[in-house]
Amino acid sequence: MKLHEYQAKELLARQGVAVPPGKAAHTVADAVAAAKQMGGTFFVVKAQVHAGGRGKGRFTHAVSPEVIQMVLEAKADVPGKGGVILCGAGSHDEAVAKVQAAAELMLGNVLVTKQTGAEGVRVKTVLITTGAEIKKELYAAVLLDRQNSRILLMASSEGGTEIEIVAEHNPEAIHKVWADPITGLGDWQCREMAFKLGLSGKAFKGAVKMFKQLYQAYLATDSSMLEINPLVITPDDDVVALDAKVIIDDNAVFRQAEIQSWYDAGEDEPAEIEAAKFNLSYIKLDGSIGCMVNGAGLAMATMDIIKFYGAEPANFLDVGGGARKDQVKAALQIITSDPSVKCVLVNIFGGIMRCDVIAEGVVAAVAEAGLKVPLIVRLAGTNAEQGKQILASSGLAITPADSLSDAAEKAVAAVANR
Amino acid sequence: MAVLVDRNTRLITQGITGSAGAFHSRMCLEYGTNLVGGVTPGKGGTVWEDKAPIFDTVADAVAQTGANATMIFVPPPFAADAICEAADAGIKVIVAITEGIPANDMVWAWRYLQDKDVRLIGPNCPGIITPGQCKIGIMPGHIHLPGRIGVISRSGTLTYEAVGQLTELGIGQSTCIGIGGDPIIGTRHIDALRLFQDDPDTDAVIMIGEIGGSAEEDACAWAAQNMTKPIVGFIAGATAPPGRRMGHAGAIISGGQGTAEAKYAAMEAAGVHIVRSPAEMGRRMREVLG
Repeated sequence: MKLHEYQAKELLARQGVAVPPGKAAHTVADAVAAAKQMGGTFFVVKAQVHAGGRGKGRFTHAVSPEVIQMVLEAKADVPGKGGVILCGAGSHDEAVAKVQAAAELMLGNVLVTKQTGAEGVRVKTVLITTGAEIKKELYAAVLLDRQNSRILLMASSEGGTEIEIVAEHNPEAIHKVWADPITGLGDWQCREMAFKLGLSGKAFKGAVKMFKQLYQAYLATDSSMLEINPLVITPDDDVVALDAKVIIDDNAVFRQAEIQSWYDAGEDEPAEIEAAKFNLSYIKLDGSIGCMVNGAGLAMATMDIIKFYGAEPANFLDVGGGARKDQVKAALQIITSDPSVKCVLVNIFGGIMRCDVIAEGVVAAVAEAGLKVPLIVRLAGTNAEQGKQILASSGLAITPADSLSDAAEKAVAAVANR
Repeated sequence: MAVLVDRNTRLITQGITGSAGAFHSRMCLEYGTNLVGGVTPGKGGTVWEDKAPIFDTVADAVAQTGANATMIFVPPPFAADAICEAADAGIKVIVAITEGIPANDMVWAWRYLQDKDVRLIGPNCPGIITPGQCKIGIMPGHIHLPGRIGVISRSGTLTYEAVGQLTELGIGQSTCIGIGGDPIIGTRHIDALRLFQDDPDTDAVIMIGEIGGSAEEDACAWAAQNMTKPIVGFIAGATAPPGRRMGHAGAIISGGQGTAEAKYAAMEAAGVHIVRSPAEMGRRMREVLG
């Protein structure tokens, strides 16, 4: 589960991590009030969306389609204002007026970044912050390292740049230490990291403290990734988390009641939210063949074989291990509500799930809602023969398939004919 | 003797009185697995469905039944603890079926197991089966055929697909290991390859990977140097969009890493016989066997 920046900073602040003063606002009036309360002559207004690349993103209401295209292609010097606007002025009132203008631009507008796709995401919240003066920009992250099953502290002297880009161009600038869960992240490891980053004096001490706090925050919030970019050294050698990105482990959200209540479904596909209600794992894609499969691996393999035979899958959909009739029905409805779906392929390898149950669900769904596109069903494994008989005797226009390749070929042919 | 489990395996089920635990314990018994008991704290001293004694702790179960393997159906919040309990009691093969264990819990459990002589399979896996001898897990037993091909996969139903194709062609399996779809698992591709390389009853291996992480790459690097038995390989998720979790907690492409293409390239470099269509796994194995 992804958090917004202002939520992530709230959680970090509770662990003692230094973050710049800031306040989230859902309306322009709240944004202005927040700036007035904070005081000063310099603010940063930041759109609160889950997607990265906000600063280089652009708002659809204010720019041309060409500009949006430039954003998606991640070109430099895209004209217009982005999702992070600096509001500095000679007087407090002038700075607040700029905050107002920025909030008016952002709230309710749609932000496109290279990570959102052309449709972008609607901005419902902005963060008003004072920012911090920057002497040096660093990078720090705590994350799960799958390779050795440990939690990893990773830091780099190249802050402010995406870590993937640093990894590609200057991998020596990235340093890593691994925490033993028994001792936790050691002070010596934090010192080692701060030395490698070339820090000394007050900044060194501040960084060591922050690394430890980030690790504690990671554990306390059940994160799967916690990224500070940039982590800033101020001219006074204070160490401050200027931005924060936190992803919570979906498997642990059940024991993080407060964080769970912060869930913002606004950026997910409506169909994906609907699917989640039925415990279906659904991801919309751009192709024309809708898929309903049991098991994540087989679902991916089904998408792959569709592509192998020359067409594109319209979705990933895993009906899970024990799909009930109502889940099968909901799955078919969600798949066919996508107007680009020209054919539906059901691929079930019955293990725990019995094929006759799936067949009954399919027949019930089709009988009730009708079906405007060809439906190809492949059943294998437990009770496959009974399932096939149920489909055959239903009198519905369902095309049976004998194998995975047979199913894929029939689906691709059906799409080609339409 | 195939790999890890056989007719001498003495199995208990942790969480035997839950609905999934009970159902699959029944199915394993029917298949012929030597199920010697179950564990549900608080229900020790009772008998499960007139079939097996229930114990309060794994230690009790081991002491009284000589159990050497466990199948875990304990719910996610308590499953990592159940894994540690089994290891502490001296169980040699732990098969964790549970899906949805918090990753931080598994960091602890994985570390705890490092000092123990134990093999963890999973979590979030279909289990392990040596056809005709021992089934531990949720796979449909009837699609398997005893034979000499090892099968390794992160996914459940995709493993069944591979097994189904082999059986249809009359090619039997020595042992099939569903290693699990989570970011932290006890047995990785590389570990499973090692087991099959050392197993005199296995002639060749089907290795099914999926997007995310670098476990397939690590396994291929090892196989290039050490594996003398042929491998047929498939990677699921070539069509998956970056940054999205595809069902399995571990199946995500991030920052250009973990892509199907990178994994296929590693397989090719290691001399693995790759198939781009998941429908070709069985047929390719038949060609390789000659």
